[in-house]
Parts: sequence; structure tokens; C-alpha cells
Amino acid sequence: MNLLEIQNLKVHFPVQQRLFGRAKEFVRAVDDVSFAIAPGETVGLVGESGCGKTTLGRAVIKLIEPTAGRIVFNGEDIALLSGAQLRARRRQFQMIFQDPYASLNPRLKVTDIVGEALDIHGLAVDASARRQRLEGLLKAVGLDPSHALRYPHEFSGGQRQRIGIARALAVEPRLIVCDEPVSALDVSVQAQIINLLQDLQQERGIAYLFVAHDLAVVKHISRRILVMYLGRLVEAGDSASVCRSPRHPYTQALLSAVPVVDPDSKRQRILLTGDVPSPIHPPGGCPFHPRCPVAEARCKIEVPTLRTVKPGHFAACHLAKGD
Amino acid sequence: MPLLEIKNLQIEFGSGAKVARPVDGVSLRLEPGKTLCLVGESGCGKSVTALSIAKLLPSPPARYVGGEILLEGRDVLKMSARELRAIRGGLVSYVFQEPGAALNPVFRIGAQIKETLKYHRPAVAHDSEVIRLLKLVGIPAPDARLRNYPHELSGGMQQRVLLAMALASQPKLLVADEPTTALDVTIQAQIIELLRDLRRQLGMAVLLITHNLGLVGDLADDVAVMYAGQIVEHGPVRGVLQHPRHPYTQALIRSVPKIEGAAERLTTIPGTVPLPGWLPGGCRFHPRCSKAQPDCSRRLPPLTELADGHSVRCPLWDTPPLARPALKHA
Repeated sequence: MNLLEIQNLKVHFPVQQRLFGRAKEFVRAVDDVSFAIAPGETVGLVGESGCGKTTLGRAVIKLIEPTAGRIVFNGEDIALLSGAQLRARRRQFQMIFQDPYASLNPRLKVTDIVGEALDIHGLAVDASARRQRLEGLLKAVGLDPSHALRYPHEFSGGQRQRIGIARALAVEPRLIVCDEPVSALDVSVQAQIINLLQDLQQERGIAYLFVAHDLAVVKHISRRILVMYLGRLVEAGDSASVCRSPRHPYTQALLSAVPVVDPDSKRQRILLTGDVPSPIHPPGGCPFHPRCPVAEARCKIEVPTLRTVKPGHFAACHLAKGD
Repeated sequence: MPLLEIKNLQIEFGSGAKVARPVDGVSLRLEPGKTLCLVGESGCGKSVTALSIAKLLPSPPARYVGGEILLEGRDVLKMSARELRAIRGGLVSYVFQEPGAALNPVFRIGAQIKETLKYHRPAVAHDSEVIRLLKLVGIPAPDARLRNYPHELSGGMQQRVLLAMALASQPKLLVADEPTTALDVTIQAQIIELLRDLRRQLGMAVLLITHNLGLVGDLADDVAVMYAGQIVEHGPVRGVLQHPRHPYTQALIRSVPKIEGAAERLTTIPGTVPLPGWLPGGCRFHPRCSKAQPDCSRRLPPLTELADGHSVRCPLWDTPPLARPALKHA
């Protein structure tokens, strides 16, 4: 059984609200998205800024209220839960944030940042049990337990991200949403955090929804990849399959734009023209058609749906061919 | 004569016990029309080096304690304020990381570009020249865009406007400090393509500062890798990227996830980049280096030329490359 099943999830934000009036327009940040995550699996979610990937990541664990759709976690729809019922289930799903400088309270010591989660969920019976658990958590993420009484500003960016990971791990979740966990870090530190996340997954069987804009990082860590554009999934599938033979023109362009170290790498560059359109007034038909190098007349009218191009690989493009 | 020659540059900040030297003995050479990439992680001194070329770091707090910066043979560090004003945005132009922060939000972009023209090329400070520049950097409908304010443009378009502004004075050297870091990958690819195109069309030299090794291969003729205020490896792009000699360069290249091939466990560099005020003795990389010998902590190795302009600051460069670390979870 899947750990998480997202069915037709929509998140729309009102814009241009008149005073006392109803909103006339909406940003369709997430529009009709469905996918599933199995226990202990990593699913990568890529897209450019403004495509809705962060909103989707947050809506999945109800940090943002979805407008419509079902979020089935462990067989139970949590989309409509709130208050104490939801809080009790939050132990199961946690989040790691992008900016390790902004996501830790500067006035709390490490022991309180990580221990707060234990206290809220009543996971430590007494002070010595709490201390022991904290020590174990800090060791697990590669921090020195003797630093537990320090404040966030005494740590480097990579170490702070480790504190954020320890905080997420404290309640023994089954799913962690990682929102760009390495994009604020230096290259040499990125690799440390990626390896740490993979080790923790091996040891504890946690599932990750790994949200990032860097396709190389996402491919490295994920078993399956979801590609998002203007609030919709445009391609989904096994990560090797998506990266080796991308079927959607957007994924193809995204892949070709990934910088490669080797100066003699023989890759064909597909340069997209223009910018991502406004999600308030997305283009009709296929949302990608104004930038698509292979768009046809029907792409301007018919909205393509995600369909199977080969087993376990889906693309939302009229022109995508199967095997 | 090289267009730019930096000789043993040393820059200090702070005073007393808190003196930090973010640039410590950097030497670089850039020939006209060539592209040099200065690569390194945050805090390595690459941006301080870049800013010093037009003496943009205010002094105080910065102190240029040693070395020379020769632009067409003239030492920038000895220039008068008047001479400096003429080369800033004239002979040397800059493009920075945050396009949104570099533009003035209360002026139309046309007026901002014209300001550069008025100072450096007053004869052509007209709308027609601004439109030509906007067209050059690939902005669609330039005659309408002229009247836009910066907030009406996307990040990629703002960066193009800044490029147009930088090119207005027909510089011989363009210093681009992390020009694509704030942009999305597809936009980054557009800007890199544009830079390559402009360089060819205009024949200007480019100094690209970046932390992203992937951008280097696309643009550079030469690469210099910086670590803790010093150059640790320097040479032609193929030599450095395909046969890196310094353990830091080697580890840096291996720690980047690859899009091609199967996913292997990433090689990590233990520890973090040292801060300029807290440098280890001897070779500055030795606490994080997997090849380190006892001698590495005692003596700072010199930058030594091996062959074909490829220099390395490591006496152990020819010890065999490290065996791949065993996969922990094979």
C-alpha cells in the first residue's frame, strides 16, 4: 500500500480581492495534481521558480490548506482534518526547509529546537530520557552532542541544515518533505547533506518528497521524478527513464540546460525562449505551448492530460510517443 | 600585453587581532578577448578579487596591502579618483548576481542605460542607441521596454538590462560576478548563451566569477580555482576540468551530482570552508584533504607550474588519484 496518495489536488490563491468583495481571479499554484509515494521511497519534484513545487510540497502535509482534492496518508484522508486531529498525525510527516538561516529560531538553543518536537508529542518521559534521545539524534545527523547548548548562529550553514534534519527526525516521521534542502549550501557541503539524507533513509525507512530546481541533484537522490510546470505535472516516471529519454519537450529543455562539468560533453542545447507565463492567466491549451519548440495548432486548444508513454512513465504532451 | 594582470594581490580587512586577509597573494592574467573563470565556494575571496579590479572595495575598511592590478599596463591601485571613474563602467564593466537589487527601482530602464552612455559616450546618448543595446542583449520589443520600470521585468530580463548597461561603454573587460546564480536553469542557459555570443561579436574579455563548475566548461578559456584566499589551481579549461591536479579541485568535481550515468554515492569534502580570520597553518586545505601528509600542516606549498600553463599549489599532485570510497550501502 502507498504511504501517501495525492488525488486531484488543487491549491488556488485569490488575487485582486476587492474590499469586502469576492476574489475575481485566482493563482492556480497547484492544479489537478495526482501522485503517490510508497513507504521508504524518494520521489523528486522539479520545476522552475513559480511552478508551484513548494506550494505542492507544503499542501501535501497541510501546511497550506488545499482548495480541492484528497490527501490519503496511510489509508486516511487528511485533507479535511484540522486542529487536534491533524496535530496528532503531524508526527508522521515532517518538513526540512530551504534556508537553514531562516528556519531555526535564533533565540533557542539546539536542545530546545530539536527537543520542542519531543515535548509537543510527549515522546520523552523524563529529563534524562529527553537528553538521551537528543544525544542520539544529534549523533545521527553528524553533530557533536556536546554542542546541544549552543545557539544556531554558532554553526555553519551545513551544520544548521543538520539541526533542521534532527528536528524533523525527532518525532520519527514516515515521510519528510524536503524543500530545496541543499540549494542554499556550498557545493562541497551539498554532497555531505545529500549523503546524510540517503543514509538516514536506509537506516530508518523514511520516505522523502524531495523538492528542488536542480535536476542533477533530484536525479541523484530520487527513484521517481515528477516534473512540474505552471502548477501541473507534465512528466512523471522512473528517474533513470525520465532523464535518459524524457518525453515532454519541457523536460527535454530542462535536462539540456543542466550545466555539465566536462567541456567536451556532446550535448545538444535546447534553448527555451521567453519566461514562465503568469500563473494567473496561464495560456490556453497546453500551458507550455508558447515556449514549446514543437508546438502544433491543437496544442493551443486542447489541454493534454498525463498519459502512459511506457509502463511507469507518464507525460502530458499531445506529441509524446510511446515505445 | 595582457589586458589585465593581477600580481600577488593582498587585501586585508579589520584591525588588531581581528585582521582577515580574504585575498592573499592572488595572481591572474587575462589576454584581450579571452575568458577566465574564477571558481570557488563562498568565502574563498573570489568576489573580493573581482571587485578590486576597478578598486570598487571602499578603502577603508578594505586595505590593499600588497600587489598590483595592471589594466592595460596601468596600476589601478595607484590611480586617482578621476582616473578610476573613467575606467569604472568604461574600460571595465560589471554584472552582478542580484539583477533586482542592481537596478534602481524608481527610474525607467531606458533612463538608467542612458546614464552610462551620457558619462562614457555622450555623443550617442540617445534612445536609438539604448534600443540598439537592448536589441543586442535579446530583449524583445526594445522600443516599448525602454519605458518599463525594473519591477515590470522578470529576473532574466533584468539581467539582460544590466548586461546592456554594462555593454553601453563598449568595455574591453566584462566582470560577471555570479551572473546567473539567482536565475532558473532554463534562463541561466539563455544568459550563458548570450554571454558567449556577445563575447564573440564584441571581442571583449570576460572574467566570470562562479561557484558552479558546470558553467565553466561552456565559456572559459582558462580556469582559476580559489580556496581560502589563494589560487590553488590554474590552467586551460580542459586541463583543469578533465585532469584536475589539486585534491580540492578533484573533490569539488566529484562532489557534484552528475546528470549522466548511474547515481553513485557522492564524494564529500569533510568539514567546512575556513573563514578568512581562522585559517589553518601550512596548506590551507590540509584539514579537509584526504591526501594530507604531516608536512602539509607545516609548509604552505607554492603555486607551481607543471606544463602548458597548468599550475597547482600542491606538492602531492602526482600521487595517484584516490581510490573511490567504498559504497556504504552498496
